[in-house]
Amino acid sequence: MQKKMQQGFASLGFPLLSIFVALILGALIMMAMGYDVGKAYISLLNGAFGSRNSIGETLIQVTPLLFTALSYAIALRCGLINLGAEGQLYIGAICGSMVGAHISGLPAILHIIFILFTGFIGGALWGLIVGILKMRFGASELITTIMLNYIALEFVSYCVTNTPFKDMTKGAAPRMTSIIDNVKLPTILSGTRLHAGFILALIGVVAYYIFMWKTTKGYEMRVIGMNPNAGRYSGMNIKRNGLLSIFIAGGFAGLGGVIQIIGLTYFLTEGFAANVGFSGVAVALLGGCHPLGMIASAILFGALNAGGVKMQLLAGVPSASIYMIQGMIILFAVSRELFKWIRGKAKKFSGGVANG
Amino acid sequence: MVDFITNFLSADIRTATPLILAALGLVFSERAGIVNIGTEGIMLTGALLGCLGSSLWGSSLAGALLAIAGGAIMGFIFAFFTVSLRANQIVVGMAFNIFAGGFTVTLNRLLLNGAKVAGFPKYPIPILSKLPIFGEALFNWPIPVYLAFIAVPLCWFVLYKTNSGLKIRAVGENPKACDTVGINVFRNRYGVLVFSGMMAGIAGSFVSMGQLSSFTEGMVAGKGFMALAVCVFGNYSPVSVILAGLLFGAADALKYRLLTTSIGGYYQFLNMLPYFITIVALCVFARRSNKPASSGVAYRKE
Repeated sequence: MQKKMQQGFASLGFPLLSIFVALILGALIMMAMGYDVGKAYISLLNGAFGSRNSIGETLIQVTPLLFTALSYAIALRCGLINLGAEGQLYIGAICGSMVGAHISGLPAILHIIFILFTGFIGGALWGLIVGILKMRFGASELITTIMLNYIALEFVSYCVTNTPFKDMTKGAAPRMTSIIDNVKLPTILSGTRLHAGFILALIGVVAYYIFMWKTTKGYEMRVIGMNPNAGRYSGMNIKRNGLLSIFIAGGFAGLGGVIQIIGLTYFLTEGFAANVGFSGVAVALLGGCHPLGMIASAILFGALNAGGVKMQLLAGVPSASIYMIQGMIILFAVSRELFKWIRGKAKKFSGGVANG
Repeated sequence: MVDFITNFLSADIRTATPLILAALGLVFSERAGIVNIGTEGIMLTGALLGCLGSSLWGSSLAGALLAIAGGAIMGFIFAFFTVSLRANQIVVGMAFNIFAGGFTVTLNRLLLNGAKVAGFPKYPIPILSKLPIFGEALFNWPIPVYLAFIAVPLCWFVLYKTNSGLKIRAVGENPKACDTVGINVFRNRYGVLVFSGMMAGIAGSFVSMGQLSSFTEGMVAGKGFMALAVCVFGNYSPVSVILAGLLFGAADALKYRLLTTSIGGYYQFLNMLPYFITIVALCVFARRSNKPASSGVAYRKE
């Protein structure tokens, strides 16, 4: 029991420590650049949790992050590194927003389900390309996912400026046609923009948990992810499981994209979900691909994103600087050896002094 | 026709240069068993530091040196985390890219704001640059371009004909055996990572100062990942890397060529070309193997 608690503390304490170290280093860098760090961090905190509205904004940020984090986690559990959530999210969003904009007359709930379904399939097929390239040709998913991201971004750029995708309203900025009012998700916290997509994201996490830990398929995937040979010897189909996992992973990213559209922006623009893909990877890594861990780290990253906007407004620090902090959090979170290393050096040093 | 050849070759070489420079560094680090997807972030930082140095000291050379120094430092930090602390190389690379995205934007807003700086001047090679057809396209370039092409045989020589090169390759294949015979795995891996950081740094500085001479946010746009693909496509060997780099450059040059034709309106699809070729190249060449046996695996000394 005590051992379990100690382990629990270690697995919780370590990420907290890395967040702390990253915040301090971030402060030092900002100071070196001549910014008022105190003001920056206070406005960051205020922008993230200071009011009902800012909490709403934070949770709005959390929503797509959870989906892209789940996308990374699902593939990783099966041993695949999916850096392509960004592209999968965009392709899903394109498919979903076409259905949301150009079909009418369905009952709202059916229509929304249909949109979610097409968003899922769009992202999933985009992910499946990666899986096929990997299984058939041995192309490393590290690079193919990233290349497919750029291809998807170019396609988005095409969609927002060309028929039949673009918004035909006169004088409209480059964007896709808006979805019809009927399918807009309701807000769930009055006075804020927080939409029901957040609940869908939480349901997504639960689904991830049930699938991975309570079903046979999920069990197979986890075995293959941990040790492909063990999977092979016990008769599991490595390729088929890999394809399925990247399919579902892409689908989750696609859901994240389409929910962002029907919940928040209502139409697709270039960069409507910029950086959500890679931040999602960070969320999954910091959360250890654990359901609760990912929720916690998504809240952290969502808070940084939401607070960053306020920080730019009030303290004049570019909101992009929070990516420095996010980068460092991941860096320290995967470097458990760091503190051992420091302790080792310290011991060596003090030992040397004592002997000398 | 002459104009066409000149323009096409120029565009090809201009795109290929940063890819070749960064990929040469990656050949070394990959051969020593390190997968460095942080190259993208290091190049981005190099692009910024190049402009920064150039604007501070008014000389592109100072900018390039600053970019190289920055790359070396980032390479060293990468080595510290992946070699000494044995952190997952992919994750550290990701962290580098995310960090660099924020770092460059912040510094740019603070100090540069996309200001025009002194770019790399061109140095025509006497006589050769006056050759018909190819002269202008091949022999009238800024220094980093010459450097990229001179570095190829140098890197080949170091990797295959010297003792250090042998050690680097051995470390990637079987670190444990190396350790047993007294080759310092850690020192070798630190060395190649600092070197590949420097190469990525100068590659980045060429991205920002090779033609436009100003920094725009996110301007590296996947060239670091493409350099990684060039390295794989070039089968982890310096000589093939130059061919792979030029092929990628040609895809880009073709894109600019097609922009002026009737399908130019679909320029987004032309923009996809280099990314698409990267994927095809990976599929075709993924199974050829100069890939070291211990690629991506941290070494734990017992």
